[in-house]
Amino acid sequence: MSKAAEIDIVSVSKVYGSTTAVHSISLKIPSGSYCCFLGPSGCGKTSTLRMIAGHESISSGDIRLGNTVVTDFPPAKRGTAMMFQSYALFPHLDLVDNVAFSLKMKGVDKEVRRAKALEMLKLMQMEPYANRRPAQLSGGQQQRVALARALITDPEALLLDEPLSALDPFLKIRMRAELKKLQKSLGITFVHVTHSQEEAMALADIIVIMNDGKIEQAAHPREVFERPATAFVARFMGDHNVLTGRVVESGEGRVTLEVAEGQTFTVAGPDQAPGAPIDIGVRTDRVRLAAASDKTLGFNGVVSNVEYRGASVKITVNGAGSDDFTVIASDADYFEKPVSVGDAVSLSWGLEDAVLLGRMAA
Amino acid sequence: MRGFPSKSKCQNGDDTVAAMTAENESTAQPKPAFSRDIGAIAASIASYLQSIPLVLILGFFFLLPILMIAVVSFWDYDFAGLYPDFLTMNYTDTLGSWVTWKTYLNTLKYTALVWGLTLLIGFWVAYFLAFHIRTTTMQMVLFLVCTVPFLTSNIIRMISWIPVLGRNGLVNTTLIEMGIIPSPIEWLLYSDFAVVLAMVHLNTLFMVTPIFNTLMRIDRSLIEAARDAGANGWQILWNVILPLAKPGIAIGSIFVVTLVMADFSTVQVMSGGQSASVALMMKNQMSLLQYPAAAANAVVLLIVVLLMVAAILRVVDIRKEL
Repeated sequence: MSKAAEIDIVSVSKVYGSTTAVHSISLKIPSGSYCCFLGPSGCGKTSTLRMIAGHESISSGDIRLGNTVVTDFPPAKRGTAMMFQSYALFPHLDLVDNVAFSLKMKGVDKEVRRAKALEMLKLMQMEPYANRRPAQLSGGQQQRVALARALITDPEALLLDEPLSALDPFLKIRMRAELKKLQKSLGITFVHVTHSQEEAMALADIIVIMNDGKIEQAAHPREVFERPATAFVARFMGDHNVLTGRVVESGEGRVTLEVAEGQTFTVAGPDQAPGAPIDIGVRTDRVRLAAASDKTLGFNGVVSNVEYRGASVKITVNGAGSDDFTVIASDADYFEKPVSVGDAVSLSWGLEDAVLLGRMAA
Repeated sequence: MRGFPSKSKCQNGDDTVAAMTAENESTAQPKPAFSRDIGAIAASIASYLQSIPLVLILGFFFLLPILMIAVVSFWDYDFAGLYPDFLTMNYTDTLGSWVTWKTYLNTLKYTALVWGLTLLIGFWVAYFLAFHIRTTTMQMVLFLVCTVPFLTSNIIRMISWIPVLGRNGLVNTTLIEMGIIPSPIEWLLYSDFAVVLAMVHLNTLFMVTPIFNTLMRIDRSLIEAARDAGANGWQILWNVILPLAKPGIAIGSIFVVTLVMADFSTVQVMSGGQSASVALMMKNQMSLLQYPAAAANAVVLLIVVLLMVAAILRVVDIRKEL
């Protein structure tokens, strides 16, 4: 339907007065990909999106769309379209006029623009409501109209600011699927800001995890899940337990560390200077409730909480310097040998289930 | 048909029995039901009692005077007194006189000019306050500055124009001394210009306040959405801000139109008695003790103003604002 553009962010910073919201980030978003900016609130993800859209000035650095540097372009000249968090539909206009708004601004004839808007509404299955006002629609319907309004400009990239946050959980999952389908059929670049890991995992081709105005990791969801780059990513994604300690020895592709409580753990990784601070991540779903054959791949702890989740059971354990070491056990494994709060348990994992986490240069 | 009455009688009997048993049941446990009834009655009386002060104030100071004016407008009068009657003479005299029509035309001219100017100035002031002042503290400060003229009375603010606009006033002397004009401009004071100027000065704030209020409620992301759709500043103003400010414009217009239509002091002072307004005409009739004629005039003016307000409300739906 339209050409997709690669988005190239080159050491872009955003400074508000004395606070820096975005610290010189660089990122390439390949054309036609679904990119999710993920992070806690205040991490700079929305500022970054708004800089791509042109609604926020760029303090330093450049943004390129395709082959054009758009840093100083107004929003409408960039070939991007933005969908706002609250949808920002014009309350005084009906759906057709809402969708046709940008065409009206360009001076397209009334007949032509209304016909095109109706076509867009038909694509979003909102045609029966064409003459209604936004206030008469449900959240999901408003979102479709907002999408139609953004897409009528035939953008190279669609920028979505927490598009699903206003919807109830069921609708969230349905609209998520629709967004993904739409992106596939249009083939344009989608940049989606969210604070939900699940949403990002479900949608993205690239997840960009931000913290404190910096990019912690930008990678395919599978890589983010299997090889989180930093302790922050591991903790934020929630699928890894993070153990922090100091290197005691390394060599032959293995690193051994000692945590504050004295236990030692082994992880695969390149040589490290002894005494250097180090973090490792251990997959929550791969930890077994069994004594370890190799004592550097497990520890003994005390169960502090048990949460039943249906197909799995979440067990939280105190030990090895961590007070929320999480074990996700399948329900079959758990009920074969149940544990309760206060029990001492042995935990173990395989060498391949632990990853060495990097540290951000301060 | 013959069986019908007896059947109904029988039914009546049943009802009585049912009523009696119901009564017995209620006497069996009378207290809760009884106190509940009292409570409900007391609650409904209480709400009526609560509304009485407002009803009394509106009744005595608003409805009764209007009613009296309407009644008096049908009375007869001469130089010595008023005579209760039912005459339409006051109305035929008023509406049949070309002076009345001319005065109405003049008043409507003032209203239109003042409305247009206060809308223009008021909208820009409100727009500036709402969109160009970033901090709420500064907005509040500047808004309070707008209300400073209201610390003095209408009359004083009006009269203070005289030394500014007079033949040997500030403006004329300055212009003459700068050599821009050879002799004083005559139409600065005691003219339609002076009347409209003073009225705009007196009434602009009534336009600023409601428009500022509606502008502050516009979701800022709508403006970003419009910019994202390629709208330039004027297009955003025309297609987004103005339509959303309509309720505020309507409320401000109602204030200004009703105030200007009923004005007599500004017209009298600033035109130096050379121009007339409907209210001024009424005032003159009253000073000649022609109360019924003034009352008829007042009723006509009331109807005209109500029609104008109705027309404004017809164009703009202000319910969203209330």
